[in-house]
Amino acid sequence: MDLSLSPDESAFRDEVRGFIRDQLPDEIGERMRSGHSARKADIVAWQRILNKKGWAAYSWPEEWGGPGWSAVQRMIFLEEIQGAPAPEVNPFNITMLGPVLIQFGSPEQKARFLPRAANLDDWWCQGFSEPGAGSDLAALKTAARREGDEYVVNGQKIWTSTAHQADWCFVLVRTDPHAAKRQEGISFVLIDMKTPGITVRPIVSIDGSHHLNEVFFDEVRVPVAMRIGEENKGWDVAKFLLGNERTGIARLGKSKERVKFAKEKAREMRAHGRPLSEDHEFRRRIAQLETELKSLEITQLRVLSAQKAGEGRQDPLTAVLKLKGTELLQATTELAMDVGGPLSMPDWADELEALSNEPELGPVWATEATRSYLFLRAASIYGGTNEIMKNIVSKAVLGL
Amino acid sequence: MDFDLTEEQRLLRDSVDRLLADHYAFDKRRAYLAEPEGWSRAMWSRYAELGLLGLPFDERHGGFGGGGIELMLVMEAFGRALVLEPYLATIVLAGTALRLAGSDAQQAALLPGVADGKLLLAFAHGEAQARYDLSDVLTTARPKADGWVLDGAKSVVAHGDSADRLIVSARTGGERNDEGGITLFLVDAQANGVARRAYALRDGTRAAEISLSGVEIGADAVLGTVGGGFSVIERVVEAGIAAVAAEAVGAMETMQAMTLEYLKTRQQFGKPIGQNQALQHRATEMFVSLEQGRSLAMLAAMMVDEPDAAERARNLAMAKIGVGQAARFVSQNAVQLHGGIGMTEEYAVGHYFRRVMVIEHSLGDTAHHLSRLAQTAG
Ligand SMILES: Cc1cc2nc3c(=O)[nH]c(=O)nc-3n(C[C@H](O)[C@H](O)[C@H](O)COP(=O)(O)OP(=O)(O)OC[C@H]3O[C@@H](n4cnc5c(N)ncnc54)[C@H](O)[C@@H]3O)c2cc1C
Repeated sequence: MDLSLSPDESAFRDEVRGFIRDQLPDEIGERMRSGHSARKADIVAWQRILNKKGWAAYSWPEEWGGPGWSAVQRMIFLEEIQGAPAPEVNPFNITMLGPVLIQFGSPEQKARFLPRAANLDDWWCQGFSEPGAGSDLAALKTAARREGDEYVVNGQKIWTSTAHQADWCFVLVRTDPHAAKRQEGISFVLIDMKTPGITVRPIVSIDGSHHLNEVFFDEVRVPVAMRIGEENKGWDVAKFLLGNERTGIARLGKSKERVKFAKEKAREMRAHGRPLSEDHEFRRRIAQLETELKSLEITQLRVLSAQKAGEGRQDPLTAVLKLKGTELLQATTELAMDVGGPLSMPDWADELEALSNEPELGPVWATEATRSYLFLRAASIYGGTNEIMKNIVSKAVLGL
Repeated sequence: MDFDLTEEQRLLRDSVDRLLADHYAFDKRRAYLAEPEGWSRAMWSRYAELGLLGLPFDERHGGFGGGGIELMLVMEAFGRALVLEPYLATIVLAGTALRLAGSDAQQAALLPGVADGKLLLAFAHGEAQARYDLSDVLTTARPKADGWVLDGAKSVVAHGDSADRLIVSARTGGERNDEGGITLFLVDAQANGVARRAYALRDGTRAAEISLSGVEIGADAVLGTVGGGFSVIERVVEAGIAAVAAEAVGAMETMQAMTLEYLKTRQQFGKPIGQNQALQHRATEMFVSLEQGRSLAMLAAMMVDEPDAAERARNLAMAKIGVGQAARFVSQNAVQLHGGIGMTEEYAVGHYFRRVMVIEHSLGDTAHHLSRLAQTAG
């Protein structure tokens, strides 16, 4: 057992860190450091810079435009991006769609979509959840009836993140309403968001942002060639995708960044007549979180080294990563918000934009820390809720 | 020992509940939120008619002489309906300062107008650099002939935008963080040199950044004694804590009720989600938290007028801590157990969630009061 990175891995970390330092546009870096979430234009610009270097599709094999990194390199890369902080690559393109295409796509589908996904020429979104099918995803009703070499899609998706910004959507549809098991009548199709019959309606979330949408399909014609994998075998594709999605939700690097951010800002804030950073209660909380983050970091390394050793089966420890990772993401964003004290209450982003020639009302980092806390309440909901995760673990891992 | 309400207290609670049932359904509240001030002047008049705006004040000044329990009942009801009006700012915070420190003449001049709804107040004490430190006051008051000149800035003043009069704390002596040397002043919000910038907090309620530059006020604007404002500020904050503790309990009640209803009606995997034992246990834990929080809100209501200052401070700190922790647990789980819908602006649960979040960051957060309490523990 040995915790240290190999010389090659350390060199790799330095290389990534140096690249971000030199190549991340100042304006984007500044916005990210002050605690803003990345804008679409920032994500696109940065992902293209990464792609030029061959790093955007960081988890893909070389054959398909990825860097062909080891699991440890991928972890290092993510930590550096999240820790910088720099915008994260679009997860729908890189973590979700890419691996699905590589595993299940036809040669034509791969050639057409993978390079554009890596370069963010196409912005993808995920059309899985429906009003009646959240945790129980297999209850989905959006129907695709076959007419010649087209599917005609009717139905509704909900909670579709960034659908209003997306060019394409990967969608689960029911192609066989009479299948013996609900999971057996589902197909996985790619839909161009410009196709007639698609309506996107915004849903504003509790952080005040427009991230979520409802997507309605009314007689939407989709070429059968846009199906991934076999007809009625979409559930296998979806399960594969969800496995990848879940491992991306833990975002340990982001949690660490939030703690670092909180410590930094705590030097500017006061408690009991002294800097907050010297307050015993505050330091205890930091110590507690750093302990939990350290243990999760080691757990993550255990998962990675098991993967390196080539144990192909799904590691039950990945469930620990998702469960504990989301809890820590929520705890650390809450910490960053709490540092602001009363200044974390205002929602003055709108006022700032309206009165852009007036001085700032107060520190934007505090209001953004709260926005981030509010939005990440969803980290234990999206990609499958933590309750559902626990159900899976208690059955599949613990045998209960 | 007796936790029963008197006949009058029951009547009070029922009449506030009835008023809000008639006028504060969630869509009506949404309309009030969209009004220019972010709350409803019409509702304010109704509170005046019901006697709520004079509740804690002396009968000589148009009030009803109500105490901590009466305020608790009103605030719980306000919490259940997520009331937006500036009751905390005007009646509880500024009202307590006036009630405890105002001269007879000052009370007679202002309280009748407050009680009948014509006069709005705000407590302009917090400053951007202070975080939760009550003695961290940098705003200064320089003496001049027949009065004072104020300079400084006040931050996140709840409902400071709509107030007619401000109660402003300022240094007449001492250094930053000294408890001595702080004085309270009554300032006309329209006075020369007062500038206000209004904005919404995360829960939709309004606040303002207030700057004071060379604001001239008369000698009769001093509230209480010169240099003796700190003990009044502490009492104001304690009264505020008792009020928001009750409000948070009301908000928790609604979140709990909405969650239970959702667990019974939302179907996944062919049955109501509430049939999963994991969620039954979570709902039970929410119930335990709520009731523990309620006990502390009651404690706060009964202790807010306790003469022993140390005893009073300890109990109110406990209330802020305990209710804060309960509200955090209940609100986070209320969102979680609703799944995606709980994350939306459109759905009520998220608004309750943000109200208790704002309460957590008002008047000292849980960590702040734990530190204070720890100093007296052991
Ligand atoms: C911010 C955000 C972004 C999202 N982005 C996308 C996206 O891009 N694309 C997409 O397709 N979907 C997306 N989702 C949807 C997300 O996957 C669903 O919200 C999630 O699967 C839960 O479904 P639901 O909201 O219907 O809640 P429900 O399934 O109704 O669950 C409600 C509550 O019941 C619990 N529960 C349900 N069943 C059980 C059980 N058997 N045992 C114990 N507890 C149970 C849940 O854990 C939850 O607490 C997003 C959601 C959010 C909040």
